[in-house]
Amino acid sequence: MPMGENLLSVEGLQVHFPIRSAMLRRQIGTVRAVDGVDLHVARGETLALVGESGCGKTTTGKAILRLVDSTAGAIRLGGEDIAHHDSRGLAPFRRRMQIIFQDPHASLNPRLSVGSILAAPFEIHDIGTRADRPDRVAALLATVGLPAEAAQRYPHEFSGGQRQRIGIARALALDPELIIGDEPVSALDVSIQAQIINLLARLRAERNLSFLFISHNLAVVAHIADRVAVMYLGRVVETAAREELFFDARHPYTQALLSAVPEPVPGGRRQRQVLKGDVPNAAKPPQGCVFHPRCPQAMAICSQVMPTSRAISPTHSVACHLVGA
Amino acid sequence: MIGFIFRRLLQAVPLVIGVSLIAFALMHLAPGGPLAVYTLNPTIQAQDIERIKIILGLDQPLHVQYVKWATGMLTGHWGFSFFGGRPVLDIILERLPATLILMGSALSVAIILGLGIGILGAVKRYSIFDTLATSGALVALSFPTFWFGLMAIFVFAINLRWLPSGGMYEFGEEGNLLSLLRHLVLPTLVLALVITATWSRYTRSAFLEVMNQDFMRTARAKGEPQSARLFRHAFPNAAKPLVALLGVELPFLFSGALVTETIFGWPGMGRLFVDSLNMKEYPILMGLMMFTALFVIFGNLLADIAIAAMDPRVRL
Amino acid sequence: MVRALWQHPSVTNLLEVRGLSVHIPVPPHVLRAVDGVSFDLARGETLGLVGESGSGKTMTALALMRLLEPPLSDLPTGEVRLEGQELMRLSEREMSALRGRALSMVFQEPMTSLNPVMSVGKQIAEPLRRHMKLGAAAAQRRAEEMLDLVGIPEPTRVARGYPHQLSGGMRQRAMIAIALACQPALLIADEPSTALDVTVQAQLLELLAGLQRDFGTAVLLITHDLAVVAETAHRVAVMYAGRIIETGPVAAIFANPRHPYTQGLLASIPRIERHRAASLHEIPGMVPSAAERPPGCAFAARCPRVVAHCREVPPALDPAEPGHFVACWRHADG
Repeated sequence: MPMGENLLSVEGLQVHFPIRSAMLRRQIGTVRAVDGVDLHVARGETLALVGESGCGKTTTGKAILRLVDSTAGAIRLGGEDIAHHDSRGLAPFRRRMQIIFQDPHASLNPRLSVGSILAAPFEIHDIGTRADRPDRVAALLATVGLPAEAAQRYPHEFSGGQRQRIGIARALALDPELIIGDEPVSALDVSIQAQIINLLARLRAERNLSFLFISHNLAVVAHIADRVAVMYLGRVVETAAREELFFDARHPYTQALLSAVPEPVPGGRRQRQVLKGDVPNAAKPPQGCVFHPRCPQAMAICSQVMPTSRAISPTHSVACHLVGA
Repeated sequence: MIGFIFRRLLQAVPLVIGVSLIAFALMHLAPGGPLAVYTLNPTIQAQDIERIKIILGLDQPLHVQYVKWATGMLTGHWGFSFFGGRPVLDIILERLPATLILMGSALSVAIILGLGIGILGAVKRYSIFDTLATSGALVALSFPTFWFGLMAIFVFAINLRWLPSGGMYEFGEEGNLLSLLRHLVLPTLVLALVITATWSRYTRSAFLEVMNQDFMRTARAKGEPQSARLFRHAFPNAAKPLVALLGVELPFLFSGALVTETIFGWPGMGRLFVDSLNMKEYPILMGLMMFTALFVIFGNLLADIAIAAMDPRVRL
Repeated sequence: MVRALWQHPSVTNLLEVRGLSVHIPVPPHVLRAVDGVSFDLARGETLGLVGESGSGKTMTALALMRLLEPPLSDLPTGEVRLEGQELMRLSEREMSALRGRALSMVFQEPMTSLNPVMSVGKQIAEPLRRHMKLGAAAAQRRAEEMLDLVGIPEPTRVARGYPHQLSGGMRQRAMIAIALACQPALLIADEPSTALDVTVQAQLLELLAGLQRDFGTAVLLITHDLAVVAETAHRVAVMYAGRIIETGPVAAIFANPRHPYTQGLLASIPRIERHRAASLHEIPGMVPSAAERPPGCAFAARCPRVVAHCREVPPALDPAEPGHFVACWRHADG
């Protein structure tokens, strides 16, 4: 995999949502959905962002795409910080990064034909002429394995897997460099999931795409990612190359997460670390390390000092007091 | 919960003030002003009108008049009527019982019938009963009340002679319960017709929405029979929009039904309003408007509190 | 008259299903949502009913519990015997007496499956009062015990509280408490952990396994997740297009799948391995819609081993090894 310079570089990203009181709309608290996230994706690389519900991975993806405003931090695409660009300044960048959504039933406008949906990016960015749009649309459909006649039909006439293909075609229309997939295969059946994963892998190789793959499904991530970042309550707790993460995880949360994943191998439950309790409220995160109340290996310092991310190899960093500098 | 009630009461205060301002403004903006009955009468001379103005305090600046009127309202001095010079509050209050009787019967009948029809329609969706109920409601809502009222009088009072054609008691029979009941039947039914239609539609849709929810399936999976599912699971959840509807309709209990009371000659607040309108009795109109506004605000407040009491999610 | 069912040790199988079908007429088609499903479930056993969307697994469960709503409620045909008692012919009243008592169900969506305006404790107490005839106080106490049993902290406070105050995982535990309150012989769990995070799922499946051991409940676990089945089930039945196409002990199915669909399904699951596969195995094509089932084997259009006979005659379940049955004309050639 060609590891070029970093296409996407996120530093200290914060997305805080205010909680307002009922009557006077005063701010009485903050939901720290994303609380200091650093990550980077090199050209042609796939970084998976994993975590459970409420960890902030989807909000991170939306903030990178500027669908949500960040409260602090830098978002660099090809070196330039777009965190504070207005919509005019963002326009050239929007072509370079696109998104694939999770729900194939909700992400396509049911009143538009597939052809209209796929032609829209060209119209918005003024690419090509009206005459050649049908050809472009047909080419896109062919790329994702759908026949050209699909352009005349409407989303409800397609299955979930086919709709996801249409969503992928739409993301590819502008020939982006970075694609952010927000749980792109989570809503699909296993056999369809395999088709879509293979399609994404093929497209990535053909176009040297960079991928930020957001998912809670670790098995899928194990198959498709080059590097993995694990999030918990708005922070990245561990980042590592694929093999390092799955076979040499250091953060207790990552270890618990991996032990919780069921394997399609019968007979006897493996030694499973079952975490106690529930994920805490993002408006009232615990003091010190956000994971310490549930951590089986918590020490005294964990409830007082928030651990910073330390590198234990060129590709592996962990934010945990157990991992010495 | 107390905090919730307190906040809602606080919110009600600017609302009441706003309504009073509008009512006040309306009276003075009407053609001829508050003394239209005099100013538009060619036989009354200008200096007499001036004298009346000074007596009634209408020569003072508007904001002074408003403050005087508003403080008067608060202390129970609602002014005097033009014809007869009686205290407005007394006039309104003496009409109140008649309205309460009529509206109370109509609402009770209508809500019980409406609930029953609505629930049956929801449980037996698309059956013959449901189709009839739906079309019936549509018919009831399409024809104007005065048509129903006049037809009722025509059929039952004039042709069949079963029931009296109007009024509240026979002449000389005031206070006689039987006489009251006989006079109550037709106007109650006419009023109830429209209210029943509304309630049956709302109930049906509220129940249908709740019956499709997952927790109803859970209740069935626990072995709960249909009656328990309807009344212990569906009803408390369906009640929310219905309580809101009740909150909107409750004020009618006090303000009366203008058309029905007029057609049946029922001596209630509704007829008082129509008569006052014809006679340009502004003091009474102002009083009625404030009276109604207060009850609308109060009714909605009660409904909101009831909803919060019923649904634990709202209180948070 | 419904007898007390669950004290008949002479009956070997707790649940016997024979030829269960749900054919839904939608003119001009007939949707064969469930098409002649037969299986057994022994006491205390977990059977994993596996299939993708459209396979009919959820419809099978609803038909078993007689939970289909009109106009579908009269459509199921076939025989379902719970400890010898035939369920399909019972009246709604008789069936209500069994639901929650002899057999109960846990559903997929914890966020919407509980009554939002009724306290959690009351919802657990309800079947206790109705089926076990407990008084209000006794039922409330038992409800709190159940909450404790399913691992919910501060059971008294939670019992007085409402569902919206609980997380998804906690709500699902409460659902299990409701389902097991009267200690039924059979628990049907329809994708109980699909909507939950993986760590919460792990907790929930541990809980189910423990409760099953303690109460001796048989579990019909419906899921699309083969990994979950591998870890929790004793036996597996694989459904495709409304039919069971393979069934057997879990070890046999995973080590030696005989049906081409099962083989394809197992091969297409991504796994956590050191050496990553170049691409995942794909099963070409799509599941046929319920309205357009072909005359022969439903999988014929996508099968790598299809021959002409497959398209004409639907295969029945045939023994491949002891206890391991496959509905495929060519399973022996695999």
